Amino acid sequence: MSDSDCIPAHQPLELSINGQRHQLQVAPWMTLLDLLRDQLDLTGSKKGCDHGQCGACTVLRNGQRVNACLTLAIMCDGDCITTIEGLADDERLHPLQQAFIRHDAFQCGYCTPGQICSAVALASEGRALSRAEIQEGMSGNLCRCGAYGNIVAAVEEALPQMIASDQGGPRA
Amino acid sequence: MIPFAYSKPTDVAGALQLAGPDSHFIAGGTNLLDLMKENVAQPQRLIDITGLPLREVTATASGGLSIGALVGNAELARHPRIEADYPLLAQAILAGASPQLRNMASSGGNLLQRTRCAYFYDSAVPCNKRAPGTGCPARSGLNRNHAILGASQHCVAVHPSDMCVALAALEATVQVQGPAGSRQIAFADFHRLPGEQPERDNTLADNELITAIELPAPRFAEHVHYLKVRDRASYAFALISVAAALRLEGERIGELRLALGGVAHKPWRDPALEARFQGQPATSATYTQIAQAMLSGAQPLAHNAFKVTLAHNAIIRALGQAQRRQGATA
Amino acid sequence: MSAQAISGQPLDRTDGPAKVTGKARYAGEYPAEGLLYGSVVSSAVAHGRIRHIDCQAALALPGVIEVLHHGNRPPMAADDEPYEDDDAADGHPFRPLFNDRVLYSGQPVALVIAENLELARYAGSLVRVEIDAGSHQTDLCAARDQGYDAPAELPKPRGDFAEAFNAAPLRIDAQYSTPNEHHNPMEPHASTVIVEADGSLLIHDKTQGTQNSQAYVQEVFKLPKEQVRVCAAFVGGAFGSGLRPQYQLALAVMGALKLKRSVRVTLTRQQMFTFGYRPRTLQRLQLGADADGRLLAIRHEATGQTSRFEDFSEHVVEWSGMLYRCDNVAMAYQLVPLDVYTPLDMRAPGAALGLIGLECAMDELAEQVGLDPVALRQVNFADSNGNEGKPYSSKALRECYEQGAERFGWERRNPVPRSQQEGDELIGWGMAGGVWEAMQMKASAKARLDADGHLWVSSATTDIGTGTYTVMTQIAADAAGMAVEDITFQLGDSSLPTAPLQGGSFTVSSVGSAVRQACQVLRSKLVTLAQARYPALAGEPADRFVVADGQLQVGERRFAFADLLQGAGDDALEVQITAEPGAKREGFACATHSAVFVEVRVDEALGTLRVSRVVSAVAAGRVINPKTARSQILGGVVWGVGMALHEQAEVDHNLGRTMNHNLAEYHIPVNADMGEVEVIFVDEPDDIVNELGSKGVGEIGVVGVAAAVANALYHATGRRVRDFPLTVDKILG
Repeated sequence: MSDSDCIPAHQPLELSINGQRHQLQVAPWMTLLDLLRDQLDLTGSKKGCDHGQCGACTVLRNGQRVNACLTLAIMCDGDCITTIEGLADDERLHPLQQAFIRHDAFQCGYCTPGQICSAVALASEGRALSRAEIQEGMSGNLCRCGAYGNIVAAVEEALPQMIASDQGGPRA
Repeated sequence: MIPFAYSKPTDVAGALQLAGPDSHFIAGGTNLLDLMKENVAQPQRLIDITGLPLREVTATASGGLSIGALVGNAELARHPRIEADYPLLAQAILAGASPQLRNMASSGGNLLQRTRCAYFYDSAVPCNKRAPGTGCPARSGLNRNHAILGASQHCVAVHPSDMCVALAALEATVQVQGPAGSRQIAFADFHRLPGEQPERDNTLADNELITAIELPAPRFAEHVHYLKVRDRASYAFALISVAAALRLEGERIGELRLALGGVAHKPWRDPALEARFQGQPATSATYTQIAQAMLSGAQPLAHNAFKVTLAHNAIIRALGQAQRRQGATA
Repeated sequence: MSAQAISGQPLDRTDGPAKVTGKARYAGEYPAEGLLYGSVVSSAVAHGRIRHIDCQAALALPGVIEVLHHGNRPPMAADDEPYEDDDAADGHPFRPLFNDRVLYSGQPVALVIAENLELARYAGSLVRVEIDAGSHQTDLCAARDQGYDAPAELPKPRGDFAEAFNAAPLRIDAQYSTPNEHHNPMEPHASTVIVEADGSLLIHDKTQGTQNSQAYVQEVFKLPKEQVRVCAAFVGGAFGSGLRPQYQLALAVMGALKLKRSVRVTLTRQQMFTFGYRPRTLQRLQLGADADGRLLAIRHEATGQTSRFEDFSEHVVEWSGMLYRCDNVAMAYQLVPLDVYTPLDMRAPGAALGLIGLECAMDELAEQVGLDPVALRQVNFADSNGNEGKPYSSKALRECYEQGAERFGWERRNPVPRSQQEGDELIGWGMAGGVWEAMQMKASAKARLDADGHLWVSSATTDIGTGTYTVMTQIAADAAGMAVEDITFQLGDSSLPTAPLQGGSFTVSSVGSAVRQACQVLRSKLVTLAQARYPALAGEPADRFVVADGQLQVGERRFAFADLLQGAGDDALEVQITAEPGAKREGFACATHSAVFVEVRVDEALGTLRVSRVVSAVAAGRVINPKTARSQILGGVVWGVGMALHEQAEVDHNLGRTMNHNLAEYHIPVNADMGEVEVIFVDEPDDIVNELGSKGVGEIGVVGVAAAVANALYHATGRRVRDFPLTVDKILG
């Protein structure tokens, strides 16, 4: 399809992002990540590798953590997406966001939104309880600054709180 | 990636109707989109199959389990029947990729993962698998991660999946549907060795769609172990992996299944060898003989001779662990 | 004045809320009216000349605006000087899209500019670049005979190494090697060039020096200074990769100048492997010692790779002349030019490499002497830097050895290799020392107290994750006698007061000194002003003056700033200061030190090694923020573990190309790779190094870790692996 007039037309897409409904037109080749960042100016979800190898783009799709860089936007029709911008309740930070600050679980901050979204899902998956399980469960999110120890500490602290208040789940 | 048309059929017949020479089915997309971004895959049409009714895990008449092609990897690994009756499969799935990717990846798609060979992935350099006839730079270049068994002059790539190694050991069957109807492919016949046609990873015919993976009635729910050795503790492809399953009769091997990952263009199994060791004592001396036999045909390249030793040790370790284990998942 | 110093307290990061909510914007995230997206087309060969670039198919696509290459780019400087940035190596700097020469594989040869990113990338795949390929060499080992002495001046040899070494009763002569490593910050390099209404350029760039990038753009494209402003409010990691303006900046500016439209260029992860990196080195360590372990002779020789156009040199071998006392020392440092890009400073440049050789060799020596590795180092403790013949301004390395060893439980170590085992795992304990220079650069800062009583402190420095926003706020709070909540520190803008590149662990000492002075002067100006306006205050001592709640408070009395300032005929009180290294430093050597203790668990049958425990004891002077400083050391340890076990660029020398150019196969540690890490900051008062007494912590955490891991591997298995990283194939029993 290298003919100039063959670039496929935009197609309609409806999805909910952080509780807000969006009716959009997207080219099929647009990833969810580029839709969020370039079209909707939700730049909290980061592009670290664009190939599912770093986790910086992690968002919640219908409550499950996924790599937005390997998700075609058009395939999310009807879905509920939660990004880092949708975690705080107005000005009140999510317990994980607070724990990340308290434990200095980031430095440059670029992997942080993905780490936090990933940890929110980790809590709702309900499988990671021990330190080793948290470490394995957070290994899909690279941190080049090397904040891993503090990330684990933050997650360890916030997990019980999230499970108790069911804040691990998706926000439609 | 190149521009493509997109459609989302709601039934299998509709999906097959749309399929053509330049189309590609997409489900999780974790590997396909990656390849499209690298211009390794260049479909002109994507057929989104996530709307097809292939999400069920159901019991089969023979006491086995049928796994719909769209069942997610994470979901499958945590399925109560898989955890209870096929723990080897659960272990293998959880050893692969990351939690995010396992949420996205489908069961059918996992079978279609393409090699991580660096030359295959870099469309600026030659590769017989990606561009037949251009050559294989890995043979004389970087081949630490490459095959020690079953390679050809044309390709030394290895299959990257963990899940498939367990499926090979469990003798799964792949259900496919295509323009010519549906058929079953034994797992051992699904992936192929590179031979003269390294561009072909498997024996699917044109426009055939995987609809389900069928597991036979559980025979190895207790003494199993999936061992994966990689360059970091998690989120890395296997250097070597071993799916080991034993049925013990007293202190002897009643039945043995053994599949290796990271060694060949497909999960590596040798049913004749497995049969030969039936009735042998379940001891490390036997496991050493098994390892030697399994690797007797190994032909390492310049940088991967260590894989022969590693695979040897990993087989012994995995069988020993399987023997000691009592049905636990993790 | 606040009763308790803010410095020294574990304040949460002031930029924390912005980072955890996704509000912090990085270089490639600024929107702009009509923004265009650039995609870089790269060379697949390592050496050659471009014969032809066919852009037709790309340009035919609706939405593709331009394809820039050497044949149609806007004018740019031809001579070297404009390209020589603040961290340039000796030689001829790389000039992106300058001419038809291809100097390395991955070199940018064209830039496609389109209305959206995916289209630009697709169009890039349609650009046909025909290159007449020449022969190439990318293998340091194969070209070693073409090495020459690095242009950097080494410390003069002292004593007579050869004689002392040959006469020494105990000798170590060992060779070590390390691979190319890439910075790979999580944020890929990006530049958003916004063309303002007046035609000037506002550039959001991923950089460790906004003024470095500003000067580069201005000089390379011959623009008036006021036409170029470079900002970097948030930088998603850099570790040295932002010390030089990278090619995406030049390319984005070219696009903006040519099209008079705003352009963003973001590199792909693959392209993050196509500029500076930590170079591969080959090292030889020769140590001679007496029977008690006293060092009689040291020789450290290193060979590093460089490009054919620049001589990149770093301090690899110098550390061997300064960490221990020794009278006979010789050093050699050679470079080998290859068809590659020029290497670049990468976290603890030089030291992270040189200390691998030195500290592994010291471990080998300890065994030969029959002395505990810590004891060997204590025997050879140096009070002065032998390279310079100057005493250290402070050096609490003994305390690092002692406190680190105690916390680790080192005294329980059985020196015999293979003496600890649990199940399938052999357990080994190893240690190493670390050293890094405590530098200070000239830097400026401005303090401005506005009518609302809010203090704005600013400098053109950056915060690459180090905590600059936070610690500068703390320093300002103490110097101005104000609460943290009433202070905002501004950075990452070339229009702010001059600051050096953020690197080398010298930001606190350099910018922090300027911030402190500016705030101190501001405060005394405030007192003078108040006393002039309100005669009743004339006798009040300065420390009675408190700035809080938008007022000046003196005892029970309150004065509104607005009134105070109005009297002075100004809307704010402002001070700008330039701080320079103190004269006190001159007779002294200044350095940070560390002792790192590591436990590894090795499964020999599977070749796997797990770092289960680390204690890093650091002497870095006064710590401004123990929380963020600890994080720097924790991060450094992760880097050290990566250097020890994971990181290496895999280069196909037939193709002259790095092949594992992604984060799936270029391994950096993941969360599961890290065991428990403890950080100790030992007390190290130092009123010589700078007025803050603070030495910086960005690099020291990395140094020595890889050696400690290798030494622990030896202790676990009895196997010395001298070729880094220590991967499965090398550990396999």
